[in-house]
Amino acid sequence: MGTQTTTDLPAAGGAADHAQRDLLRLATAGSVDDGKSTLIGRLLYDTKSVLADQLSAVERATRARGGDGTAVDLALLTDGLRAEREQGITIDVAYRYFSTARRAFVLADTPGHVQYTRNMVTGASTAELAIVLVDARKGVLEQTRRHAALTALLGVPHVVLAVNKMDLVGFDQATFTAIAREFADYAHVLGLPDVHAVPLSALDGDNVVLRSDRTPWYDGPTLLELLEQVPVGRDAAAEPLRLPVQYVIRPRTPDHPDYRGYAGKVASGLVRVGDELRVLPSGRTSRVVGIDTFDGPLTQAEAPRSVTVRLADDLDVSRGDVLVPAQEHVRTGQDLVGTVCWLTERRSVAGARVLVRTGTRTVRALLREVDARLDVDTLTVEQWDPVDTVRTIDATDTSSDAAPRSLGLNAIGRVRVRLAEPVVLDDYATHRRTGGFLLVDPADGSTLAAGMVGPTLLDRLAPVRADERDDDWLAGAGI
Amino acid sequence: MTTSTTTLPGAATAAPARLTQLDALESEAIHVMREVAGEFERPVLLFSGGKDSIVMLHLARKAFWPAPVPFPVMHVDTGHNFPEVIAYRDATVAEHGLRLVVASVQDAIDDGRVVETPGGSRNPLQTVPLLDAITQHRFDAVFGGGRRDEEKARAKERMFSLRDEFGQWDPRRQRPELWDLYNGRHKPGEHVRVFPLSNWTELDVWRYIEREGIPLPEIYYAHERDVFARDGMWLTAGDWGGPRPDEVVERRVVRYRTVGDMSCTGAVDSHAATVADVIAEVASSRLTERGATRADDRASEAAMEDRKREGYF
Repeated sequence: MGTQTTTDLPAAGGAADHAQRDLLRLATAGSVDDGKSTLIGRLLYDTKSVLADQLSAVERATRARGGDGTAVDLALLTDGLRAEREQGITIDVAYRYFSTARRAFVLADTPGHVQYTRNMVTGASTAELAIVLVDARKGVLEQTRRHAALTALLGVPHVVLAVNKMDLVGFDQATFTAIAREFADYAHVLGLPDVHAVPLSALDGDNVVLRSDRTPWYDGPTLLELLEQVPVGRDAAAEPLRLPVQYVIRPRTPDHPDYRGYAGKVASGLVRVGDELRVLPSGRTSRVVGIDTFDGPLTQAEAPRSVTVRLADDLDVSRGDVLVPAQEHVRTGQDLVGTVCWLTERRSVAGARVLVRTGTRTVRALLREVDARLDVDTLTVEQWDPVDTVRTIDATDTSSDAAPRSLGLNAIGRVRVRLAEPVVLDDYATHRRTGGFLLVDPADGSTLAAGMVGPTLLDRLAPVRADERDDDWLAGAGI
Repeated sequence: MTTSTTTLPGAATAAPARLTQLDALESEAIHVMREVAGEFERPVLLFSGGKDSIVMLHLARKAFWPAPVPFPVMHVDTGHNFPEVIAYRDATVAEHGLRLVVASVQDAIDDGRVVETPGGSRNPLQTVPLLDAITQHRFDAVFGGGRRDEEKARAKERMFSLRDEFGQWDPRRQRPELWDLYNGRHKPGEHVRVFPLSNWTELDVWRYIEREGIPLPEIYYAHERDVFARDGMWLTAGDWGGPRPDEVVERRVVRYRTVGDMSCTGAVDSHAATVADVIAEVASSRLTERGATRADDRASEAAMEDRKREGYF
């Protein structure tokens, strides 16, 4: 293996090959035990994305760990930080890059350990495809369900169940079929729209990049073929226009004394010269008279292109505003209800002053309450009656009695937030690119939570009424 | 779309509906740069004259066109420079009307802020003058050309990477980055390193240079040069301290894959004289660019992680 070079790498191709290829962002979920690092190493290795010095470093490391040097431990290719090497775990999202002649891939390698759920949420937020990994000997485990639930929560449109270690079950068709069926049933409950299952062995390479002759009963695509085939970005372009304004370009130079353009990335949909747009939250309307880029003017631009738009009227448009179609009724408001994943060790405090970041806008806000909590292991939702008045809570008191309805690190719950000024409130379920928000600590700027506006998986699952709940739920809170 | 009312010269065209990979990477980088311009008071772009920083500057010009780039560029000058690169830097700054800040390693050595190890590389010495310049100019956002594909520790780097008042990077304190909501809030004295090229690979950078027709310092292309071998690399003779009496100088056709301090940036044997040649060479290369040409990354497997923690780029 060590003698293989990258001289024939397919990604190299001719100029014509790569010029038209597109980009797929994907995430992996699974634990070290499932062979996730080996699978990613295999994808990199078999697409010839591993270069010789990386490979020889891994060979040295394999030998240093007692390997005989004949087989490379592909998992070591993706082992990043020293703490991870020492502890043998993955502690943070790592990004990997590989490509084929058809497509380039940005892979978010997310840890499967429960205390790092926030990293999986992070990796899944931008992914258009998630690979959920299971060990064929163990089948669908609690953590498999958790990974699938987070994938559904974050609205990842495509899911591949990679049934790994098929070599250890003798490439048994019945084993694969049972696991694939169980997962499909679960995916249906979660509302995952597009799920595929592939039997593979990351260690030996079966059905990862190259088709295996040890699974004659499987005539579906290999993992890489699936990654190459799923449509990219189709949903973003099909949604209505959202163009959050990032920056107002006013050169005030002799060549452009009166130029005023609104710079931003088309988050979804399409903007065209001549379109009537509405500026939110102010509500004023105007017409697009130019779409400018460094390379020349455009008549139209589609998500996710970065452009500069000029309007016919001299409106007061600034960073934080959103340009939307004038004829569409887009919801704005000061009361945000959404599902958050709590990302920090400090627990949520009802009544806390926070900043809400959505699109390019940051506004002051009050975290009024947490009124439901999703247990991703059991897929149960605990729901509480609304609190009428905002109570004053001592933030330094972290005892559970002081904050009975709060979220700890990695907990997922529904929040009600009152905003100091109105913002665009797109439901995440239908507007994945604009329906996300952050809760930020105004004191030190840290990100407290990431949220999704409107109904999510949490609301889809049947709520347990407060009067039916088990009183010792706090024992498991905050996982 | 026949009634375009654009007032700018040139006929407007419809952008191709589907973004290619390079379009997507370009759009992402421009988005990141505009976020910084919108959120920070005093950004600065690190500009070494290396290809990654040149691509960053090109993206910055695109991001704010027709306005000029709204922030200065900073060169951390080790004093061991390739003259071609300094010439390129100065010409670029003049052509685009940029403000250049130079943070000098030599000054830091002269002031006693850093101590030079005899015969050692000056690359690790860049950290002190870099941090001093950030403090002196009160820069709150610093664009770097780092890419996640370069090195294992960088694979976990954020687009927006928070640094404490000592410029230090703590992997456990990094904020989760979801969607494209980059949180640049920081306390006084802290700053944020921003890496718009995070998701680019070396090949992407070269293909973008080809697509955009971006000129580079000529040392990136094959040329004849007097070099000598040290640590398995071809180094250029210079007043920084090479060659030693036992090292033989010979004339070879080489090019540089990275541009850094002359004492530790090695050339590779190459006949790649054009961008297309370089792309073909990089695509078939058996060594990553850092492995081939950076002595300081070989010190230990965790070398980059250690330098990052201390506030290196």
